[in-house]
Amino acid sequence: MPRLDKRTGDVLVWILLLTMPFWLNHIGGYTALGSRVLILALAAMSLNFLLGFTGVLSFGHAAYFGLGVYGAGLTIKYLVPSTLVGMAVGVLAGAVTAAVLGLIIVRLRGIYFAMVTIAFGQVFYFIAYRWNDVTGGDDGLSGWSRLPIDLGIGTLDILRGDQAFYYMVLVCFAVAIGIMAALLRSPFGRTLLAIRENERRARFLGIPVNWHIWASWLVSCTFVSLAGTLYALLNNFADPHDLRWDQSGDFVIMAVLGGMRSFWGPLIGAAIFVVLQDYVSSQTQNWMSFIGIFFMLVVLFFRRGVLGMIRRKTAP
Amino acid sequence: MTQLILYNVFNGLIIGAFYALMALGLSLILNLSGVINFAHGGFLALGGYLAYVLIPYIGFWGALVVSPLLTALIGLVIERFLIRQLYGRDPLYSLLFTFGLAFVLEDGTRFVWGPETLPFSIPDWLSSPLSGQFFFLTGYRLFMVLLVTVAVIALFWMLSRTRTGMRIRAGTLDLETVSVLGVNVRILRNFNFGLGIYLAGLAGVLAAGMLGLQPTIGSELIMPSFVAIIIGGLGSLPGTLLGGLLIGVASGITSVFFPSATEAVIYVLMGLVLSVRPHGLLGEEGRF
Repeated sequence: MPRLDKRTGDVLVWILLLTMPFWLNHIGGYTALGSRVLILALAAMSLNFLLGFTGVLSFGHAAYFGLGVYGAGLTIKYLVPSTLVGMAVGVLAGAVTAAVLGLIIVRLRGIYFAMVTIAFGQVFYFIAYRWNDVTGGDDGLSGWSRLPIDLGIGTLDILRGDQAFYYMVLVCFAVAIGIMAALLRSPFGRTLLAIRENERRARFLGIPVNWHIWASWLVSCTFVSLAGTLYALLNNFADPHDLRWDQSGDFVIMAVLGGMRSFWGPLIGAAIFVVLQDYVSSQTQNWMSFIGIFFMLVVLFFRRGVLGMIRRKTAP
Repeated sequence: MTQLILYNVFNGLIIGAFYALMALGLSLILNLSGVINFAHGGFLALGGYLAYVLIPYIGFWGALVVSPLLTALIGLVIERFLIRQLYGRDPLYSLLFTFGLAFVLEDGTRFVWGPETLPFSIPDWLSSPLSGQFFFLTGYRLFMVLLVTVAVIALFWMLSRTRTGMRIRAGTLDLETVSVLGVNVRILRNFNFGLGIYLAGLAGVLAAGMLGLQPTIGSELIMPSFVAIIIGGLGSLPGTLLGGLLIGVASGITSVFFPSATEAVIYVLMGLVLSVRPHGLLGEEGRF
């Protein structure tokens, strides 16, 4: 197999994503499934910015995803009936929370970091779960929906047109991914890689390590909340389980499954995960056992992820 | 009012003792093997359900003895064949693995015993209140506190006085040196894992007697145990104990004044502790 050039790979991915609504239906999918893949891929890739490229293990990203979900949902339902304002509030909620909590957790590393991110994530779950009057509690937040966007020259009817919504998601995806890719190519991103490879050495070189990890955490959480707002718009619903620790685990497994060390890895992981979930949960009640065994198998036999395996096979 | 607060403080202590029992097991495994055992709650549920199965044959007391041992045995087997492969790797993988294991255990118990809450019979004389004025002091609750106290004292005695206990503590500090000194580290870790799971099984039987049995009983108790460990400080068993009792009492008191924040308050407490002491109350800097 000839080694895939990085640039050809990029072009291939974008062509596939741009044309997805046209071929997805023919292979048994549906456009909303494509949107779902894209949104969760954005979340997993944002997580991977921290996990794969800074080397910091967060197991609590569902909190910021969920803040995006609820931020958008609550705003559209109670405050301003506007899709864009809802998204802005959702992203802001996630980013501000991440910035504040980041100050506390950035001093920790490894297992400790992971545990504290897990635990902090639960606060928001309990708030959404318990604050019945506002969030709808366990039943979730319903009774609202995404609204057409007025672009000035015309309206983009994302409510009725599944394809229109898909392309809106794709635009957000492209912008977010573009920013993250540019950051990784900048001196800042190179510094993150240096921290991942050898934190002590980076510290000796005079790099303010904690500050860099905080910044990377903030970037990662902000884009995860963007994915959250899109997810809320996709479902026209906010589910407290979007905030729970199992959701965080899903993001991590997507990144690992696709390959943490590669930029596009989490996209592939998310696609496999979402399609499997869609198929298996329509076949059996025991989705939990299935996903549990799946997690264990991936860890035992597939640690490098899909792209990691391909890369190793084709490496000279 | 005084009675109400007393009631909730006492209740909080019981819940806290629970959290501590579970968190101590988690802490043992974490300290020696560097594995965050997400499936700990699953083992707790397993302990409860095994006791439920055993009670008709050997009674409550028999089940209280046998069920945690059986749970520990299952833990030993899982460590021997699966968890062991993850030692020394990035904590990411053990986290994901035990995460999956937790799902399998929860869904497994649901599959075998059904999703409904099962009644769990405890001896009659334990379930009656001790006095009319302190209606909340049932014999069972008192018994639970007593048993947890005994278990914790036994654990700390074992760790500080017996040879195996000392090896475990030494291994927490420097496993390589312990290994070089001729201790079979594989067996030590295996035993240590079983010990942690034993505590989870014990907590499971006790929890079942108080809350009844349902498949999610474990996943509801696991997060507070994490918080207990973090507040106490990773690597410190006395810290874990302290953390467990602290969050128990904190949520007990909160349930009087602001019931809907009962769960959230422990995370606020954690945030406060971490912002003042980044490594927990009794944790040492640099260990984790």
